Amino acid sequence: MTDTTEHVSATGAPAPAEPVTPVAGPRRRDVLHFALRNRKVVGGTVVILAFLVLGLVAPFFTDHGPNEYVGPPSSPPSADFWFGTTTFGQDVFLQFANGIRSTFVVGLLGGGLAGLIGMTIGFVAGYRGGLVDELLNMLTNIVLVLPALAVLIILHAYVGITSVPMQALFIGLFSWPWVARAVRAQTFSLRSREFVDLARLSGMRPLAVIRREIAPNMSSYLFMTFILLFGGAVLMAATLDFIGLGPTDVVSLGLMMNSAVHWSALHLGLWWWFVPPGAAITAIVGALYVMNVGLDEVFNPKLREM
Amino acid sequence: MRRYFGRKLAIYALTFVVAVTLNWLIPRFMPGDPVLRMLTRTSVSNPEAIAPMRAYYENVFGLDVPLWKQYLKYWVELFQGNLGVSVWLFPAPVADVIVDAVPYTLALLLPSILLSWWAGNKVGALAARRKWLDNTALPVSYALTATPYMWLGILLAWGLGIVAGLFPVAGGYSFEMRPEWSWAFVGSLAQHWFLPFLSLFLVAFGGWAIGMRNLIIYELEADYANYLAALGAPRRLIRRYAFRNALLPQLTGLALQLGVLVAGALVTEIVFAYPGLGHLILQAIQNQDFFLLQGVFLFIVIGVLAANFLIDIVYVLVDPRTRTGMQGAT
Repeated sequence: MTDTTEHVSATGAPAPAEPVTPVAGPRRRDVLHFALRNRKVVGGTVVILAFLVLGLVAPFFTDHGPNEYVGPPSSPPSADFWFGTTTFGQDVFLQFANGIRSTFVVGLLGGGLAGLIGMTIGFVAGYRGGLVDELLNMLTNIVLVLPALAVLIILHAYVGITSVPMQALFIGLFSWPWVARAVRAQTFSLRSREFVDLARLSGMRPLAVIRREIAPNMSSYLFMTFILLFGGAVLMAATLDFIGLGPTDVVSLGLMMNSAVHWSALHLGLWWWFVPPGAAITAIVGALYVMNVGLDEVFNPKLREM
Repeated sequence: MRRYFGRKLAIYALTFVVAVTLNWLIPRFMPGDPVLRMLTRTSVSNPEAIAPMRAYYENVFGLDVPLWKQYLKYWVELFQGNLGVSVWLFPAPVADVIVDAVPYTLALLLPSILLSWWAGNKVGALAARRKWLDNTALPVSYALTATPYMWLGILLAWGLGIVAGLFPVAGGYSFEMRPEWSWAFVGSLAQHWFLPFLSLFLVAFGGWAIGMRNLIIYELEADYANYLAALGAPRRLIRRYAFRNALLPQLTGLALQLGVLVAGALVTEIVFAYPGLGHLILQAIQNQDFFLLQGVFLFIVIGVLAANFLIDIVYVLVDPRTRTGMQGAT
């Protein structure tokens, strides 16, 4: 691959490949100021928070489990059942709220783990260079071309996923390579700056140099990476759940679509069964992407006021 | 250039080895006993049948010889094209089952990938620096690229298929027909093909449009663009140069997105019960047909690697820098 690879992130949107110029001291108040004035950041955050609150709070207001048969079968949305019921009389809204919960768990854990692995490999490869870099780079390239979902299907089918965190773990294990690439490239160019040399000369250990001198200079980029990984993990989990390989004892948005298709909700016209879960995923992932674009404008002064 | 292709091929060969090894490792070293699981899932009612079935499976997996021999045997059988026997379509060999399904998947994937890439790039380039188009095309693109493939498929199947009744929503061709070379059959194929194609096309389109729009803006700020503008070159010309430069990262992006696109095709096929590889995966999972599942996995890996290599060749053709060996050996 040529160096242009680093410009392309998961969404196909270019990520800032040049490291942010080192700034002295924190500029948190500055960032907050611009973030609060950026409509994309605020809008995205509001959508995400709304879903998060819904997922966290809604399940507490009922004494039924999401899979219990509580109402008349196949009834359209009403005051009692906001999103209607399934062919078995399960409350779709209840399933929906619980599904959002597991969506966030998968996103946070899967995205977090992928970010952690990608950053570790990227930092070590970029900072160490030499043979370590060669080996890690090879590993990264291999995982990069390996179709992640196909591997996950095989793993899920054999291992039998029982819980959402376990699913997140597997997803995280196979979605880090582009992060490693980007972080490596940035570390590479930061490594030879004077302030890093100075830290090294003053006897700082390599880990401390990475943590205190290099990572803070790309913290904004790392944060945006995590957002994209979050969205990717959510989509991946929904895909696996839809195929029927996800955890079956927990409700997830993908599983809702799976059962809707499986019990022919399309032919029966039960649109309230399959529209909300997909809409929620689209809204959450879309809000994340939009937020990411907004954050890019916040962190990168060149893009502001466009 | 030889170095460039050499390194690429080495990576792909290694990836293939890793994929095959994973395929071999997972059933053998995962917690639990896959043979036992297969036996329990097939729910044999007669207890006397379990022992011979167990012996059969152990023999098929080759579990009775040392590990390194099992591994070697696996490779040898792979090169003989022996991927095992399908349980679902017993006694059809897995390789045959897959070969029957591959044309359907390719017929979906190739047009949708190429057309969405082309159209997305065009629209993205138009949207850059054009306020009204940017304000309409960009939000739509973001919504599309955030949409899970299967959901768009479900919506299209429901809206255009069931409610409007314009298109059939299941199968690769009409259930009343048998495969033959006739206009009626080809028409039926095309009718069944259109909705899955459309949903794949739309989701992928959004991502390319966003990518191209951002790249063009980035390119228009580059020195060469400013220089051309200062010389008084027409805007059209500058944009054309920017477009050609922006195509390169988009091409790399295509290689990176292949896995996601294939995954999208798999679930779309499941939604439409389209008889490609995705449908096979679903059947394999529901019927506990592990040989079939692993065969499909290997096929997907080989396909993705081959496509990656094709893109590498195209990259060399369109980017002169890789040819002179100045760049590209990463």
